[in-house]
Amino acid sequence: MSDVTINVNGTDRSATVEDRTLLVDFLREALGLTGTHVGCDTSQCGACTVILDGKAVKSCTVLAVMAEGSEVRTIEGLAEGDELHPVQAAFCKHHALQCGFCTPGMIMAAVNILERHGPDIDEALVRHQLEGNLCRCTGYHNIVKAVLDAAQQTRIAAE
Amino acid sequence: MMYDFAYHRARTLDDARAAFRDADDAAYVSGGHSLLPTMKNRLAAPDRLVHLTAIPELRGIARDGDRLVIGAAETHAGVAASPVVQEAIPALAALAGSIGDPQVRHRGTMGGSVANNDPAADYPSAVLGLGATIHTSEREIDADDFFAGMFTTALDEGEIVTRIAFPVPDSAGYAKMRNPASRYALAASFVARFGGDVRVAITGAGSDGVFRWHEAEEALAARFEPGALDGLAVDPDGMMSDMHASAAFRAHLCAVGTARAVANPGRLTLLA
Ligand SMILES: Cc1cc2nc3c(=O)[nH]c(=O)nc-3n(C[C@H](O)[C@H](O)[C@H](O)COP(=O)(O)OP(=O)(O)OC[C@H]3O[C@@H](n4cnc5c(N)ncnc54)[C@H](O)[C@@H]3O)c2cc1C
Ligand code: FES
Ligand code: FES
Repeated sequence: MSDVTINVNGTDRSATVEDRTLLVDFLREALGLTGTHVGCDTSQCGACTVILDGKAVKSCTVLAVMAEGSEVRTIEGLAEGDELHPVQAAFCKHHALQCGFCTPGMIMAAVNILERHGPDIDEALVRHQLEGNLCRCTGYHNIVKAVLDAAQQTRIAAE
Repeated sequence: MMYDFAYHRARTLDDARAAFRDADDAAYVSGGHSLLPTMKNRLAAPDRLVHLTAIPELRGIARDGDRLVIGAAETHAGVAASPVVQEAIPALAALAGSIGDPQVRHRGTMGGSVANNDPAADYPSAVLGLGATIHTSEREIDADDFFAGMFTTALDEGEIVTRIAFPVPDSAGYAKMRNPASRYALAASFVARFGGDVRVAITGAGSDGVFRWHEAEEALAARFEPGALDGLAVDPDGMMSDMHASAAFRAHLCAVGTARAVANPGRLTLLA
């Protein structure tokens, strides 16, 4: 067992966990943050994507003890009260979800694309950068549209 | 769920080696993107995991004369985005950017990939194709002596890859047919030219893992253009065959990939 402290969505959260605890289980079981999903056991689907020290990662393939002392952002940390994050709003507007299972991971991956590449992005980049997130419902088209629209809203807001 | 184990974050090479020695069945872990999935499926069950990425000697990317030296704990994303790598060996940066997906590239490391020697992994082809030197906690190993068949290397028990030194070539190219689900190589060819010498390394295809295609090297040394490969073929007998691609298709891809890597130096060519 190890004592782990991770800053989650701006607040230090501590728990004593088995060393084998995955970051996603720390979030879901120890902290009750069940917005982060688990969709596979092969590290392929990306439903578990969170942002760890500024980088999108699959939280099912990181140990909680590896994230000791780090900053993690999850889907629960995006909205400001009732106001959705621009990427969340764009997903609603463009019907970028159907069953919604992939959506938290998809949105965290998209938020991280905008953070790493800025708002001047094109469709090819978005498709390439979303390769780690699988969606079994939408066919991706509206997801890509939503990310590009969120980028455009960010550009407009910056002007 | 994985079997339980004790985790140790090593701060120095000595600390890592001691922690490895003191356990019954320890394993090193870097990015964990090969080892943790294996442990989740209970195909590996070490009793101690010794985490290497906080060891300073395993970090850093620098040009050192005619060599490019990359720390074993540098991530695929870090290599892909490094201006030093892009300047010295652009095909290597592009190769790193083709591994898996962004999340995998944010965690996975060069040392982990090379130590793992997955027969479909990308880095082994660059290490062998460029004739790199693998520096370890104990010694230096030539790429030609390092890869020893699927998931097997010259590393001894407890030996740590610290950095990899790549000779900077006159030109290099990488052509890859990706497995559409995992993005691993179904077959890929790394071609490097050093003056009149050419090295060709193929990954993803061979049933003993990465290998040099000597006939292609000789033909390209005589005449460095795709046409020099006309009529040359890899023997399908030595190729892997699975649900993704037959041995004959992989052998075909070796030739196509090598020609495309010659035709497109300095970048990644995706075969589709
Ligand atoms: C969804 C998915 C897609 C992927 N796609 C690709 C792909 O397209 N191409 C590709 O090449 N790879 C791919 N990978 C594998 C990925 O690149 C891994 O990160 C890499 O193979 C291993 O690096 P790691 O740092 O994660 O190693 P780890 O998983 O930490 O370790 C792997 C092995 O190496 C040993 N090891 C680690 N570091 C060292 C060291 N410094 N010295 C000695 N031994 C060490 C460990 O003990 C273990 O046996 C994919 C992985 C996933 C999950
Ligand atoms: S749960 Fe599928 S990649 Fe993490
Ligand atoms: S909306 Fe159902 S999996 Fe993406």
